[in-house]
Amino acid sequence: MQGEELDLSAIVKDVQMRKSISVRKFWDTLFSFVALGFLILGLFVLLLLVFQLFVDGREKLASLGFYFSFPAPSAEEAGILSAWVGSIFVIMVTVLFSIPIGVAAGIYLEEYAKTSSSQFVRFLTDFIEINITNLAGVPSIVYGLLGLEIFKETLKLGNSVLTAGMTLGILVLPVIVVTTREALKSVPSALKEGSIAIGASKWQTIWDLILPASIGSILTGVIVSVSRAIGETAPLITVGALTFIAFLPPLPFSPRLEVNVDTGEAFQVGNYGPFDWLFSGYTVMPIQMFDWVGRPSPDFRVNAAAAGVVLVLMTLALNSAAIFLRIYFRKRIKW
Amino acid sequence: MELAQDQLGTQVKAQVKNFSFFYGSNKAIKDVDLEVLDCKVTSMIGPSGCGKTTLLRCFNRMHDLYPGTRYEGEILLESQNLLSLDPIEVRMRIGMVFQKPNPFPKSIFENIAYGLRIRGVKDKGVINERVERALRDAAIWDEVKDRLKDMAFNLSGGQQQRLCIARALATDPEILLFDEPTSALDPIATASIEELVIGLKGKVTILIVTHNMQQAVRISDYTAFMYLGELVEFDRTDVIFNNAAQQRTREYVSGQFG
Repeated sequence: MQGEELDLSAIVKDVQMRKSISVRKFWDTLFSFVALGFLILGLFVLLLLVFQLFVDGREKLASLGFYFSFPAPSAEEAGILSAWVGSIFVIMVTVLFSIPIGVAAGIYLEEYAKTSSSQFVRFLTDFIEINITNLAGVPSIVYGLLGLEIFKETLKLGNSVLTAGMTLGILVLPVIVVTTREALKSVPSALKEGSIAIGASKWQTIWDLILPASIGSILTGVIVSVSRAIGETAPLITVGALTFIAFLPPLPFSPRLEVNVDTGEAFQVGNYGPFDWLFSGYTVMPIQMFDWVGRPSPDFRVNAAAAGVVLVLMTLALNSAAIFLRIYFRKRIKW
Repeated sequence: MELAQDQLGTQVKAQVKNFSFFYGSNKAIKDVDLEVLDCKVTSMIGPSGCGKTTLLRCFNRMHDLYPGTRYEGEILLESQNLLSLDPIEVRMRIGMVFQKPNPFPKSIFENIAYGLRIRGVKDKGVINERVERALRDAAIWDEVKDRLKDMAFNLSGGQQQRLCIARALATDPEILLFDEPTSALDPIATASIEELVIGLKGKVTILIVTHNMQQAVRISDYTAFMYLGELVEFDRTDVIFNNAAQQRTREYVSGQFG
């Protein structure tokens, strides 16, 4: 009798355990479905949007002329040549301006200032850190005002590619600094100590070991922030991007033409310098889109939709490059 | 702590004099005096948190990397106080092997050559010769000579640790510091590292932190026992383990605490 009772309680315990497992498993499954549902919802809305753009702009997207004509008064003739070329020029300036400054600032803050023996420097670092993180969240139009004041008014750079590129450069700078610091932080301290311990200086350690080990993450951060900048409209409107522009920034050393007033013939008056393109007027993809969307004629909506698809593809290309670089560099690093 | 008369024949390589070390206001090493003899193996033992690793890392100024640390007293390397030298000079003269193998994400060859390259050695012949010698000294040459271009991470844990020893040896250090070099390794790899350390006796001065007392007995000539940041006793290894003067040392080596 005694034995049977014991068996019974063991069975009850068994059943209870199984029940508890199946209850917890149920919640597990439920949660994974809920999470999947939200993922699909988000993706679906996004895909729908791109699909809608694609459908609206399909005629324009299919015609080669759209990519190689300047904006025009009629929707049929208008194209995005000056916009995509302008976007590429502006982003080039942004990259050249923000990467050296942002990466250098990140290296200084993470590798030098944080471990400084001076209490004041460390306090200053904390203060700067808070501000940089904050700056990363400031609305982009505020950067437009900053660019307007510094580059256009104070430095007198005008409505130029340079002004636009540097304004976007300031916009992405905080993000680059923060991602650089995160990338450096993820390098194990055992690696740094190993290098320092055989007599390497700090800079040798950074250049030979820390940077190669973190370059993949740094580049990923840079490209993702630049791909955000390529779609920025507000700050460029503030610094005076043009909306209707029928010329391209002059390529270095290309012939400079002038028109004879009497005959109407063009003749060469020399060549452009290597940096003249920096001071040229410009427009960019999102501004071209914004302009077309605002036109009263519905025909321009088709152009806007097509330009939107091109812009999405440009961003996609940059992000793919980021993923590729990350995989390429990670493959060679193992801790 | 002064050694007995019979050891005076051996040269003193480094001398710790009335030395203290602080993390902020916390005195982690308390007024330690210690002599490290030339070309001998000196081990430091003691329970966790006794300050043995902290003291070891003072020898190559590793604490300088982190803010809020302070040294007091002297550590003489021959006759120079290494606390007043440039830390880079100190680390060029005193090598270190860490608890966990930490090879660089480079090839086996480049791991060893790196120490030479940062010193400005450019001659390929010299680099090749020194890399080979270091790998031979670290008893790993036969295992890696055909795969010098492989990534160092492809080696096993024990091989990685011997690679790190070779890396430290390549630059001819005057003293080699070992911070529990076998605590992350299996028994076979541990035995090979111990054999290697014994083989280096007479060539380089070695200071090794270990929490494995048998290891201290097997490989070291002298042993320092530390407790709560103080150096309790320092003597020949056989004296420390068989005939220690201090009650605490006897209790620790017989396993009564720790």
